[in-house]
Amino acid sequence: MSLLSVQALSKAFGGVVAARNVSFQVERGEMLALIGPNGAGKSTVFNMIGGQLRPDGGSVSLNDKAITLASPGERFRLGIGRTFQVAQAFQSMTVGENVQMALISRSGENHSAWTPARDRHRAEARDLLELVGMHEAFERPCSELAYGDVKRVELAVALAGDPRLLLMDEPTAGMALRERAALMELTHSIATSRGIGVLFTEHDMDVVFGHASRILVLLRGEIIATGTPAEVRGNARVRQAYLGDLPLTAAAP
Amino acid sequence: MDLSFVAIQALSGLASASSLFITACGLTLVFGVTRIVNFAHGSLYMVGAFTAATLVPWLLEFSFGPVSFWAGILLSAMIVGLLGVVIEVLLLRRIYGAPELFQLLATFGVVLVLQDLVVQVFGPQDILGPRAPGLRAPVEILGRRFPSYELVLIAAGPVVLGAVWWLLRRTRFGILVRAATQDRDMVAALGVNQALLFTGTLFLGAFLAGLGGALQIPRVAANTGMDLSIIAECFVVTVVGGMGSVPGAFLAALIIGQLQAFGILIFPKSTLIVVFLLMALVLAVRPSGFFGRPEILASGHAVGIVSRRPTPYGRMLAAIVLACLAALPLLGDAYLLKVATEILVFALFAFSLQLLIGVGGLVSFGHAAFFGLGAYGSALAVRWLGAPMEAALPAGLVLSGLGAALIGAFVVRLSGIYLAMMTLAAAQILYAVAFQWVEVTGGDNGIVGIWPSAWAAPRDAYYWLTLILTAATVFVLTRVIDSPFGYTLRAARDSESRAEAIGIAVRQQRWLAFVLAGAAAGIAGSLYAFSRGSVDPSLLGIPTSVDALTMLLLGGIQTIAGPLVGSAVLHTMRDQVMPVTALWRLVLGSSIIAMVLIFPRGLVGTIRYWREDRA
Repeated sequence: MSLLSVQALSKAFGGVVAARNVSFQVERGEMLALIGPNGAGKSTVFNMIGGQLRPDGGSVSLNDKAITLASPGERFRLGIGRTFQVAQAFQSMTVGENVQMALISRSGENHSAWTPARDRHRAEARDLLELVGMHEAFERPCSELAYGDVKRVELAVALAGDPRLLLMDEPTAGMALRERAALMELTHSIATSRGIGVLFTEHDMDVVFGHASRILVLLRGEIIATGTPAEVRGNARVRQAYLGDLPLTAAAP
Repeated sequence: MDLSFVAIQALSGLASASSLFITACGLTLVFGVTRIVNFAHGSLYMVGAFTAATLVPWLLEFSFGPVSFWAGILLSAMIVGLLGVVIEVLLLRRIYGAPELFQLLATFGVVLVLQDLVVQVFGPQDILGPRAPGLRAPVEILGRRFPSYELVLIAAGPVVLGAVWWLLRRTRFGILVRAATQDRDMVAALGVNQALLFTGTLFLGAFLAGLGGALQIPRVAANTGMDLSIIAECFVVTVVGGMGSVPGAFLAALIIGQLQAFGILIFPKSTLIVVFLLMALVLAVRPSGFFGRPEILASGHAVGIVSRRPTPYGRMLAAIVLACLAALPLLGDAYLLKVATEILVFALFAFSLQLLIGVGGLVSFGHAAFFGLGAYGSALAVRWLGAPMEAALPAGLVLSGLGAALIGAFVVRLSGIYLAMMTLAAAQILYAVAFQWVEVTGGDNGIVGIWPSAWAAPRDAYYWLTLILTAATVFVLTRVIDSPFGYTLRAARDSESRAEAIGIAVRQQRWLAFVLAGAAAGIAGSLYAFSRGSVDPSLLGIPTSVDALTMLLLGGIQTIAGPLVGSAVLHTMRDQVMPVTALWRLVLGSSIIAMVLIFPRGLVGTIRYWREDRA
C-alpha cells in the first residue's frame, strides 16, 4: 500500500485541460519531484492533492483512505502538511506562535476561548523550530524575518501537524542559492528519519536532480515520464519537451 | 389582480431600475478602476438632485421648454462630475494604496462633509423640482394612467447602458478603463498616465451619480436623506451584479426594480426584505455576484492587532483606570455621570467591533445592527411583555446574538469589500424594518418609557451597573482575543490559505466571532436604551456604525485599548463641539479624513509607536 495514491486525476478550466488522467504514487520516506515547463499543470495537480481545488474526475487517497473531496482542514488532520509557493506565515504573530497555532489546531483546541494561546505547546513548538534551525527566533515577530527564514518557519508549521505526507509547492522559490540546498537537505533528512513522503514541485533543476529520489515529468497536463533522476535525464521525450529538437551536445553548457 | 395592474407595476419597476442602474453603474465603474468603494457616491447623487432642483427652474424661467429642462439636467450632472474630480484630486489620489477600511472611512468622511455643505448651500428644506415640459400629461396604458416621465426614465437606463458600452468599447479611454479593471498593475507598467485615467473615471462615475439624482427631481423632492438610502441600494446592485461589471449592474437593477415593485404585495412594510432575500440567494450561489470575478476582490493587506508580550504595566494601568472610574460618582456631578455612562456604553460597542476588525480583519460596516438589536430587544421586552430590566437586558443580548448569527451566517462567505458592503446593507434593512413596522417598533418615534428597575434608577447606581457590565465584557473579550480562538481569527486574517491548511475552519470561526461581537454590542445597546429611556431607528443607522468605526480609528486599530480611548475622546469631543456649532458633521467628517491621511495609527497606536521608536 502506497502512502499517497493518485488515480486518473483530471481537471479542465473552461476548454483548457490542465490535468489529464494523472496517476502516480508517493511512498513513505521518498522525495518525489513534480516537474514540467510553465503551464504544464503542476500547480493544478498539486492543489487537487492539497484540497484547494476540486478535480473533475479521478481520485486521491492517503493510506488507502479516499480524500478526493476532503477539505484542506480534513487533509491536515489526516496527515498532509503543506507549504506554499509564496510562503504563507501569520505575519502578525511571533515565530513561535506560528508553530503553536498549528499545534493548537492539531490538538483540537481551536474553540478554546479562555486561557492564552501563547502559553500552549511552547516546548513542542521550540523543538520543531530547533529542527529547522529557527528556535533562536522564537519570540521574534514573523514580519521581521528574511524570506528564506519564513520558508523554514513554514516547514516547521507544516511539520507541526505530524504529517505523513508533505506537499511543498516550489519550496526554494525566492531563496538564495546556498539556502536552497540547505533547506532541501534538511527536508530530506527529516523525511527519511520520520518516514514522511514528500511531494514537491520545483523550477530549480539543481534542486530537483540533486534531492529528488524520483521525478515525475508533466507536459500539457499529462505525465510523460517518471523515474530516478538518471532515468529522467536520459529520457528522449523529456529532452524533447524541454530542449525541442536540439542535438544532445547543445544542451550541456 | 388584473393584467393592467401587473403591467403598471412592472413599468414602474422598470423606471426605478433605470434610475438605480444609472447611479450604480457609476459606482461599479469607479470601483473597477480605482478599487475604492466610494461611499460618497450616494452623496454625489444627492448633490445632483439638489443642483438640478435649483438649476432647472432657473433655466426654465429664461426659456420654458424641454431643451432648457434637459440641458439643466445634463448641466447638473456635469457639475457633479467636476465635484467628483475635486474629490479624486484632493482625497482619493492619496489613499489608493491604503487598507480598504481606511478608504471606506475616508469616503464616509466625505459623506458627512457633504451632508452639512448641502444644507449650507441649498438650505434645509426639501426641494421638489419642476415637471418636465412636454411630459406633464399621463399616458393611458391598459386603461390605467401612467406618468409619461416614467416612460422616459425607462428608456434612459438602456440609453445610458448603450452610451457607457460605446464609451468602454470604442474609445481609448474606455479601453484603458477596461484594461485597468482587468489588471491595474499591468496598465501602470505599460506607462499609461494613471492619474489622468483615475481622474477621468471619477468624473464619469460622479457624472452618472449626478445624472441619476438629477433625473429624480420631477418624481421625488431632493432631500437630505437621499444619500444613505441610495448608497445602500447601490451596494446591493453592485454586489449582486458583480463588482466592476456594468452589465451585471444593469441585470441586478432590473431584477431589484421588479422585486421592489411586486415585493409591495408580499411585504407591504419593507420591500427591502425581498431585496435582501435575493441578495442572500445570489451570494449563496455565486459569492462574487452575477458577472463578478473572485480575483478582483483579492483584498489588500488587513491592518490589525499584532502579538506583543504581556507587560505588568498593562494590568496595573487597567486596575488604576478602573478604580478611578468606580470612584467617579463621588464627585457628585450628575451631568458628568450621564456623559460617562454614555462613554462606557460606546466603549463597549467599539470594543466589540474590534474583535471583528482588529482581530478578524472583518471590516464590518453595519455593527449598528447589533447595537440596535440589543436596544430594541430590551425595549420590545419592556413594551410588549412588561419585562423588568433584569429580564429585558438578557432579552437584548439574545436578540442581538440571534441577529448576528443570522447575518453572520452568510456574510462570512464573503471577504473584504463585499463583507463591508453586505454588513452595511443588512444594518440598513433592519433600520428600514424598525422605521416602517410602526405597530411593533413605534416607527420613527421609537419606543419610550424604557426605565431601569428601582434599584438601578439613581444615576450613580446605573453608572456602576454600566461600568460593571462593560468592564466584565471587555475583560471576557480580551481573554478571547488572547485565546486560541482569537488567534485562529488572526491566523485567518493574516493568511486564509495557511489557516485552512493547518485545519482551521475559517468560516465557522468567523461566524462564531460575529455571534460573540454581536452579542457584546447588544449588551451595549441594551444599556444605552435603559440609560436614555427610549429607543429609535437611528440606533440602527449607518451613522451609528460609523461612530464605532471612528472610535476604532481614533484610538488605533492595532491596539486592544484603542477603541476604549477612542470612544472617550470622540464622545467628549462631540459633547463639547455639538452645542457650539451646527456643523458637527463637517467637523467630524473632516477629522475622519484628516486621521486617515496623517494619523492612521490612532492615539494609542501613535503613543506606542513613539515609545517603541525611542526604545
